[in-house]
Amino acid sequence: MRRMIRIRVNGEWRELSVAGNALLLNVLREDEGLTGTKYGCGIGECGACTVRIDGEPVLSCLTLAVAVDGCEVQTVEGLAVDGRLDPLQEAMLDTAAVQCGFCTPGMLMTARALLDETPAPSEQDVRDHMKGNLCRCTGYASIVRAVLEAANRDGGPEMAPKPPALGAPRRSRGAPRTP
Amino acid sequence: MLTFTNSHLLLGELDYVEPASVDEACALLAEHAGEARLLAGGTDLLVQLKLERAEARCLIGMRRLPELRRITGEDGLVLGAAATIRSIARSALVRGRYAALQEACEAFSTLQVMVMGTVGGNVCNASPAADTVPALLAFDARAGLRGRHGERAVPLDELFVGPGRTVLHADEMLESLRLAPVSAGTGSAFLKLGRVAADIAKVSVAVRLDREGEHIRDCRVALGAVAPTPVRSGEAERALRGQAPSAALVQDAARAAADEIRPITDVRSTAAYRRHAAGVLVQDAIRRAWARAGGREIR
Ligand SMILES: Cc1cc2nc3c(=O)[nH]c(=O)nc-3n(C[C@H](O)[C@H](O)[C@H](O)COP(=O)(O)OP(=O)(O)OC[C@H]3O[C@@H](n4cnc5c(N)ncnc54)[C@H](O)[C@@H]3O)c2cc1C
Ligand code: FES
Ligand code: FES
Repeated sequence: MRRMIRIRVNGEWRELSVAGNALLLNVLREDEGLTGTKYGCGIGECGACTVRIDGEPVLSCLTLAVAVDGCEVQTVEGLAVDGRLDPLQEAMLDTAAVQCGFCTPGMLMTARALLDETPAPSEQDVRDHMKGNLCRCTGYASIVRAVLEAANRDGGPEMAPKPPALGAPRRSRGAPRTP
Repeated sequence: MLTFTNSHLLLGELDYVEPASVDEACALLAEHAGEARLLAGGTDLLVQLKLERAEARCLIGMRRLPELRRITGEDGLVLGAAATIRSIARSALVRGRYAALQEACEAFSTLQVMVMGTVGGNVCNASPAADTVPALLAFDARAGLRGRHGERAVPLDELFVGPGRTVLHADEMLESLRLAPVSAGTGSAFLKLGRVAADIAKVSVAVRLDREGEHIRDCRVALGAVAPTPVRSGEAERALRGQAPSAALVQDAARAAADEIRPITDVRSTAAYRRHAAGVLVQDAIRRAWARAGGREIR
């Protein structure tokens, strides 16, 4: 069985012909060329394949493409707007929360969903929300710090910039966020 | 010999349909007898299909059945089969009144699985370790089933036949779970012991106590991952019913539960460990439920 579906990927409606057994993860990576979303385990355990469907963080390795017909899909490629990184992405760089980077796209999608719902999470909130995203490199501390830092920055541009954690030099990627 | 399964792809031709009514879903199940499976969140089914522990030629999606996602408070609590674990954990109808159910949903391993997974999938997958089931048993849940030839309600403790097996006929699906009403003197608690926080249970326990003054008027003690199906401990319930809680009584009930269960040894724990841990969890769950029922501290 093949079927036409319409999904809105990172803001753009796409019409795609997909097989009945095609997984959203593979459609995104192979048909759409959006390789930011990663295949880690394929069985729901690692979170590397997390994307947002209608805003919710969902495992694309366990989602049939035909079953998201009509939905809004956001991948890590859709976080930056007009070449400006999302504050979360900036915070990840600033706190050195990326080592090999394999877990990072999934981490970002889960964390973005958290911050959209809970703009000022506690450290425990962050750890609870992100326990389905595994990282083999960082030990998580820097990732948690990045999410809390991004929440802080999301808090308002009038807030004085905090010194970067870990003494890491502030990298400037994309245009500055604050006017 | 090691065998490798490819979890990258879902192998095999697969048809996918989205019926617009429960009746249509039952007709489809009947039509594809044995070859069709209902797909809710897919967090059990797609894993099993990938690992070739299940087979299907046709998946029946439930997206066009919004009534199955409803949670209502009429005469107790009614959960639509496709209500997600997260929607139950966050429902105002569940909070406080059905504390054990809320705790069971919150004990689910990860956010993504809570967002995708449904209570109907958790029940119908019939794992002995399914987190919601002990809590549902504690509230005398009845499973509302519908098939081609009509509806029936089955008490949840009669739904499970063994690991992965239920009494559902090939053309039947679970529509709803109806939990008994709670009163002001009802308190409940769910506790789960996992290997790590994000894991399925080694042992889980749900307790519901109905307090009348200083006495336990009625109670339920249900356990997961300690037998081929989730079970109630009739012995522990008998020990508690009509009594005023004391440290000795709580211990007796816990011992009764530990004696009654039939745990196995597997990669997560040994049987002896499960038996011991079940006793400890039962004690803790009774104490919590009693405190929530407004009872005086147990000494
Ligand atoms: C990484 C990971 C972690 C997990 N952690 C936990 C955990 O902590 N606790 C826990 O209890 N479980 C856990 N699970 C198991 C699973 O997520 C749950 O059992 C979940 O509730 C299944 O719901 P679903 O909607 O995804 O079911 P599906 O996979 O869609 O369906 C499961 C089965 O039920 C059948 N079914 C679904 N709905 C109906 C219906 N209405 N009528 C009849 N049959 C139906 C399907 O045909 C299928 O056989 C985990 C799974 C993964 C992958
Ligand atoms: S690849 Fe989807 S959870 Fe690991
Ligand atoms: S940075 Fe390597 S897995 Fe997280």
